[in-house]
Amino acid sequence: MSGVSVTKGAEDAAPAANDLVVLSNVNKHFGALHVLQDIDLTIARGEVVVVIGPSGSGKSTLCRTINRLETIDSGAISIDGKPLPEEGRELARLRADVGMVFQSFNLFAHKTVLENVMLGQLKVRKTDKKAAEDKARSLLDRVGVATQADKYPAQLSGGQQQRVAIARALAMDPKVILFDEPTSALDPEMINEVLDVMQQLARDGMTMVVVTHEMGFARSAANRVVFMADGKIVEEATPDQFFSNPRSDRAKDFLSKILHH
Amino acid sequence: MFDFLKGYDLLGAFWVTVQLTVYSALGSLIWGTLLAGMKVSPVPLMRGFATAYVNVVRNIPLTVIIVFSSLGLYQTLGVMLGADVIDDINFRLAVLALAAYTAAFVCEALRSGINTVPVGQAEAARALGLSFTQVLRLIILPQAFRAVVNPLSNVLIALTKNTTVASAIGVVEASYLMKDMIEAEAQLILISAVFAFGFIVLTLPTGLILGWVSKKVAVKR
Repeated sequence: MSGVSVTKGAEDAAPAANDLVVLSNVNKHFGALHVLQDIDLTIARGEVVVVIGPSGSGKSTLCRTINRLETIDSGAISIDGKPLPEEGRELARLRADVGMVFQSFNLFAHKTVLENVMLGQLKVRKTDKKAAEDKARSLLDRVGVATQADKYPAQLSGGQQQRVAIARALAMDPKVILFDEPTSALDPEMINEVLDVMQQLARDGMTMVVVTHEMGFARSAANRVVFMADGKIVEEATPDQFFSNPRSDRAKDFLSKILHH
Repeated sequence: MFDFLKGYDLLGAFWVTVQLTVYSALGSLIWGTLLAGMKVSPVPLMRGFATAYVNVVRNIPLTVIIVFSSLGLYQTLGVMLGADVIDDINFRLAVLALAAYTAAFVCEALRSGINTVPVGQAEAARALGLSFTQVLRLIILPQAFRAVVNPLSNVLIALTKNTTVASAIGVVEASYLMKDMIEAEAQLILISAVFAFGFIVLTLPTGLILGWVSKKVAVKR
């Protein structure tokens, strides 16, 4: 049931070259709670994987282990063929290649929008100031908040802040971007402006891991849906398969609760 | 009425107080920031050191620390801090002692400021690939400082008044002159009032200006 990849059929001949993120047999506990249980998940370059499931199923934790914001107890995670290093310089270098977008935006509150998008370029990539600013402005334009460049995060709406956060992640030219419930803290009318940006990214071929409750996004943008419950990956399928014909009872139960309102 | 002030260098004495305050404030700000950095560092040895330092230093009376700097550091160990005249040596020892003492309070104020910075700020910074020191220097401390301007201004006011303890090792600052004058002149109440006023002139603007700065630099969330 779990661990079955359904989108890479054609590439299975040479899997290793195209696998960007590989989790194998990952386990994690929070005290007595076994939040991640024997997780095996492989994400190919250019793939959009949407992780859904009930609250407390371990989706966010899974997402956060990929750039080691959460440590794991056992198992292995590798990104682009390299295993995740211990905390330190090596890990910082790897994190620079893995973008992250948080539920609560986490824009640097004491810096302007423009400075937020420039910071990583200047301090991690050591880009020169002019190039960093040009790139930041063009990314802000791309996500539709160019006119807000000189404001502080608190002066922006939630949807605008989240789009800035996406621009901040993009500024590092990441190999993959992790989205940890990017629309869960937004007012309903702002959700779409963020999802539109994410849709566009998906079409442009960005590798994305998206933890979300937005089933519409999962349906339209995902290459693969991963359904988690109680710390386990219960089901992996294409969005069509998953939403029209879920195989596991747990997924059927979950879908019946969320789709009938 | 103020004839008794003639022949005394009142301004000079208060100038020494100001100098003691400024140098000690700078020293304690730097050392206190380093201590706060150690307190949140991932290295257990550093955390342990900073915690022990703060707990020991803030629980010793300042008089004991300042007297030790003279009797222990200078007279026993021969530490002169690069000065050769006794007045300069005492002044520098007093600055060292005041800075070492005040740093414990700066550290605690700053750490409470660090606690006001949401965890997500550090996570976002780490996710960008910034190192621990970069996260601290670029993201956490700038926000922490803005949150604790008022507590730091209290520390600075306390420091200004604490400089009077330096008279214990012969630094001729305001309170030293006051004791001299009290012995020589028959104007107890007026002399005390003049010096009390002098300290208020120093500390009141500090509080008002930093209170204004605090509002000005506050981080909106």
